[in-house]
Amino acid sequence: MGNVEQRSIDKATQEVLKKAQAENINTVWDRFDQQQPQCGFGQLGLCCTVCNMGPCRIDPFGEGAQTGACGANADTITARNLARKVAVGASAHSDHGRDVAHTLSLISDGAKHTHKGGHSHSYEISDVEKLKALAVEFGIDSTKNKDEMAKELSKKLLEEFGRQQGELTFTKRAPKKRQEIWKKLGITPRGIDREVVELLHTTTMGVDNDYKNLIQSGMRCALSDGWGGSMIATDVQDIILGSPQPIRGKVNLGVLKENYVNIVVHGHEPVLSEMAVKAAQDPELLKLAKKMGAEGINLAGICCTANEVLMRHGIPVAGNFLQQELAIITGAVEVMMVDVQCIMPALQEVAACFHTKLVTTSPKARFPGVTHIEFNPENAYETTKQIVKLAVENFSARNKERVNIPAEEMDLVAGFTKEVVFQILGGKYRATYRPLNEAIISGRLRGLAGVVGCNNPRQTHDYFHTTLVKELIRHDVLVLQTGCSAIACAKQGLLIPEAAKLYAGQGLQEICEAVGIPPVLHLGSCVDNSRILTAASHVITEGGLGEDISDLPAAGCAPEWMSEKAITIGFYFVASGVYTVFGASPFATMGSKNVTDYLTKGLEGVTGGSFEFCDDPIKTAKLMIAHIDKKRQDLKLKPAMYEAGKA
Amino acid sequence: MKQLLYEVKKCLGCRSCEVACALAHSLSGDLYKALDEEKLSMPRKKVLACGGKNYPVSCRHCEDALCVDACMAGALVFDKQKGQVLHDAERCVGCWMCVMVCPYGAIRPDIKDKMPLRCDKCKDKDEPACVKACPTRAVIEQEKAEVKK
Repeated sequence: MGNVEQRSIDKATQEVLKKAQAENINTVWDRFDQQQPQCGFGQLGLCCTVCNMGPCRIDPFGEGAQTGACGANADTITARNLARKVAVGASAHSDHGRDVAHTLSLISDGAKHTHKGGHSHSYEISDVEKLKALAVEFGIDSTKNKDEMAKELSKKLLEEFGRQQGELTFTKRAPKKRQEIWKKLGITPRGIDREVVELLHTTTMGVDNDYKNLIQSGMRCALSDGWGGSMIATDVQDIILGSPQPIRGKVNLGVLKENYVNIVVHGHEPVLSEMAVKAAQDPELLKLAKKMGAEGINLAGICCTANEVLMRHGIPVAGNFLQQELAIITGAVEVMMVDVQCIMPALQEVAACFHTKLVTTSPKARFPGVTHIEFNPENAYETTKQIVKLAVENFSARNKERVNIPAEEMDLVAGFTKEVVFQILGGKYRATYRPLNEAIISGRLRGLAGVVGCNNPRQTHDYFHTTLVKELIRHDVLVLQTGCSAIACAKQGLLIPEAAKLYAGQGLQEICEAVGIPPVLHLGSCVDNSRILTAASHVITEGGLGEDISDLPAAGCAPEWMSEKAITIGFYFVASGVYTVFGASPFATMGSKNVTDYLTKGLEGVTGGSFEFCDDPIKTAKLMIAHIDKKRQDLKLKPAMYEAGKA
Repeated sequence: MKQLLYEVKKCLGCRSCEVACALAHSLSGDLYKALDEEKLSMPRKKVLACGGKNYPVSCRHCEDALCVDACMAGALVFDKQKGQVLHDAERCVGCWMCVMVCPYGAIRPDIKDKMPLRCDKCKDKDEPACVKACPTRAVIEQEKAEVKK
């Protein structure tokens, strides 16, 4: 797949890929090609490395061994492997949530021990209303002063991780009927850490051999992420960094500026990059930048860290997952500052081809031989200032002849949350979900879709995301997005209000025009998928669309997924009753017909949600729309008001 | 004339060649779909372990082949031009003589179809599937002259 048009539909990506090829710099696509053909046992999930009697493999063509040395068959092995991935995905999101909750506790402590850096550059409570709302949920007296409230809340939040029994507090946000289903199945998550540990325990040699039980344990663990760790991450970030409001921004590699010091923040935890936003405006550093011959300091983001600083500050997004190396290959990046998750190990080698300094900041994510400036919330500003200074000083090392920044950049509107997205529909003074529900009931909106997830070189970059989303909005489905999927659609101009006229069906167009929103709403990073869960619960509470999330005319999709986190997200969506399609390639369970059938057919009778695997965006859209229409019928709603718009 | 060879030291026994071979001889050629086919495809190649080494065994396409001599129906012939032992399914009576005489154990019986399972070097494909699939390049295809030693 040497052809850049086959690698990506994005013009900026194609341009930089050509440069990479000309300069003989390997990118993820080249390395992916070198991996072909990939191991069939791995793809089918039939390789078991759990114990030291193995590695064992099951012969998918039925002739050779049908069980591992211990006797585990294809069902057990694929289910166990999948469950382990769910545990890893949940631990990534939840550990992120833990760090944010910990930061909240430091802020409340900081009220006592006055911070030497002064209060202006340390963290504070930005959204007191949200703090109060959470305090109420956790049974804390919301009339207390905010520091005391924050202290108690952070303690309770951290307890959610270590909790041994009972139920996670946020599960009460789910519709009553959903909570009952979880109870009946015994999959209500008890404690965040407990569910991860217990799931890992069940997958070790000689514990759980029942694939259905393994998948249900996987769902309980995933729920502890979706309605636990991720939800804590989202809500506490809102408290500390401020709840996003609709905001304009720019996206794609063109946001890098030729005459500026370019700093790219990449990863997932916004606590650090939030400070980088402040440090990039530091007068002392700006002066230094001028002295070095730069016009200023330009901050841009990649992946979910980008989404977080975009949602709150309108910081431009340089690209999504597959563009991380390309940002460096523009030759215009002084520093790429990374935190955790989705940071390709290859960055180190690509950065070595340029003057770019890669800087790691998390003790959890280090590269051998790479500049490490460790971040902790207590001295956040000093740390980020040091990194920004490093970037400014590195400006003089830039080889101007090797700078090629693509011109492509696109406007977008982001910053929709469960609090603002539908309240906008109700108008500023009538903050209610009613208009949204009415729009669905009347058929002006066919339904809702969540399209989320990563990029994967297995699929032409951004093609599946954008083709699917265009097809959905053409059929009057309002699309909610997060993560790299949102960035993909933003680059193709789907996240501006004007996109409604160009791509949306008539019903969705009417709504977008009346309210002034894009037909595709950007809800944030991948932990912000929890916003979709709470929004869905609000829709149920508002009434008229059934009693449970599984009743909603809604569907989910992760078109170009690659991360274990995507599997976990899929699990908590399905466990919450959502029909969820995975693109790229199916889960590595295809080696077991029983497990695959259970995921795609069996689960519907259990949770009301189910998985589907499809590698074609148009077919995926058809599947999702058919599901939405079926749910409309079940609710005895009128069919969608309008035929689909022009293709 | 190209020969299929193995660098035994490099074989890690992952059996990717087996999967690739079965897949190449399936109806759909698609890994996920192939497992749903009525008659599951069978690999022409098997990785066998012996004396701490792994051997990806398949038909060596011998010039002076015992299987060709033993084939009473004349279904097996050595094609000089292609440098391959070819099998004519029409003529084959499924007597398994070829299976018995092969000194490498490279021919396996397909009991269901009563046909010997042998490497056909993936017929018209530019490169046999096992060569493509081998992650360590232990399976190689190269000109005969190059390997004289």
